[in-house]
Amino acid sequence: MNQRAPIEEQIDLPFLESLRISFQSLKIRFGRSIITTAGITLGIAFLVSVWTNNEIEFALQESGRSSEIANIDEAAEQGISTKDIWLIIMSLIVCVVGIANSMLMAVTERFREIGTMKCLGALDGFVVRLFLLESGFQGFAGALIGALIGLLGAVILGLKNYGLDLFFYFPLLPASPENGPFQLGVLLLILFGCVLGMVLAVIGSSFPAWRAAKLPPAEAMRTEV
Amino acid sequence: MPDIVVKTEDVVKEYRMGSNVLRALDGINIEIQRGEYISLMGPSGSGKSTLFNMIGALDRPTEGEVYIDGQNMSNLSQRQIAAFRCHRVGYIFQSYNLLNVRTAHGNVTLPMIFAGIPEKQRNEKAEKLLDKVGLGDRMYHLPDELSGGQRQRVAIARALANDPSIVLADEPTANLDTITGREIIDLIKQLNTEQGVTVISATHDLKMLDVSDRIVDIRDGLVERIRNRDEIEIEVGEVGGHE
Repeated sequence: MNQRAPIEEQIDLPFLESLRISFQSLKIRFGRSIITTAGITLGIAFLVSVWTNNEIEFALQESGRSSEIANIDEAAEQGISTKDIWLIIMSLIVCVVGIANSMLMAVTERFREIGTMKCLGALDGFVVRLFLLESGFQGFAGALIGALIGLLGAVILGLKNYGLDLFFYFPLLPASPENGPFQLGVLLLILFGCVLGMVLAVIGSSFPAWRAAKLPPAEAMRTEV
Repeated sequence: MPDIVVKTEDVVKEYRMGSNVLRALDGINIEIQRGEYISLMGPSGSGKSTLFNMIGALDRPTEGEVYIDGQNMSNLSQRQIAAFRCHRVGYIFQSYNLLNVRTAHGNVTLPMIFAGIPEKQRNEKAEKLLDKVGLGDRMYHLPDELSGGQRQRVAIARALANDPSIVLADEPTANLDTITGREIIDLIKQLNTEQGVTVISATHDLKMLDVSDRIVDIRDGLVERIRNRDEIEIEVGEVGGHE
């Protein structure tokens, strides 16, 4: 037993150990993780579908085929409309607020767990790292699924509006047309959605996790949600 | 010379709630010797749990000092405080505070993970500890699948994971029925006598009286009196007689 020895410094845990604990936590809390992840999925799906739809319209307009297509949206013929920009901004806001809220709730309901881990010798940094890893996984997985759902939605809408022509002029890669704004292309858009989802999830969880880790354990354990 | 393991000097703890200041501890001075079984007794709101938190480095005093093994806790770095919680103290709580996502075994190994003990070693030790508290056959159950008494046994096994010299128990029997509570008290007492672990327990359970070496009565954030075991035995008889 450590009796009169001076109190040593707590060691840092290897990264792999943190990774293992965070995976384990996600696995056992699967149902709850899915709900948090669904919040991210929905936000990113909305953003990607709106944006992809916009790019599809622009690509078809650029191709010169738009006037031959019966159901084309009039607005698309004038490039990116104010409505489109408004929709993209709105979907971004929904994304940020939705994800931040999901992560805030997910961390806040675990204050007691954070306090307990600190009682057992966890360093503040370890607690924060655990939450960042968990939220990073959730953010990436949720955003990837969301981006694919969003893409699927945009493709279905595109097929309805433009038929199979959609696939001939599908804006897969980035383009910078002379008479319009830079087009990100669907591939980059999916990547952007994944990164955005992950970054927002990590930012959304880092503040409450950091705040909880800094609290004295007694206070963290007292917190009722 | 007595071997003092815990010493508090004029410990004051205030909580601010808006413009109100609640003085939960109003200058506590106590000394606890190594190997003692101490019960901090008092009604709800007396400050015993707050004192428990101060001794266990779970909260910081507003004023005053807490010394553990002669070291002033307010001079320790964050890393030292984490190491202190990990190695020197084992905590047992009223509501068990087990991590619900980890099995009984997983809960007991966690403090050993934080201590950097290799996997094989910590698994063996967790099995041994869970066996010792009588949960050898329920090691891989999640806390939700265990009864209150069993959960508290897991918490005791977890508290012992890194061979602490002090076990702090905050109302360990409050959520348990009389018989299970008695079993838990006996288990904690066994640690105290067999392993020489200093036990500091905040409680208002009278069953704790006859196992304690000393009882510190806390009232309104102050030490009202400190009673020794011989005085306690007389009072237990009286309590028994009244029931």
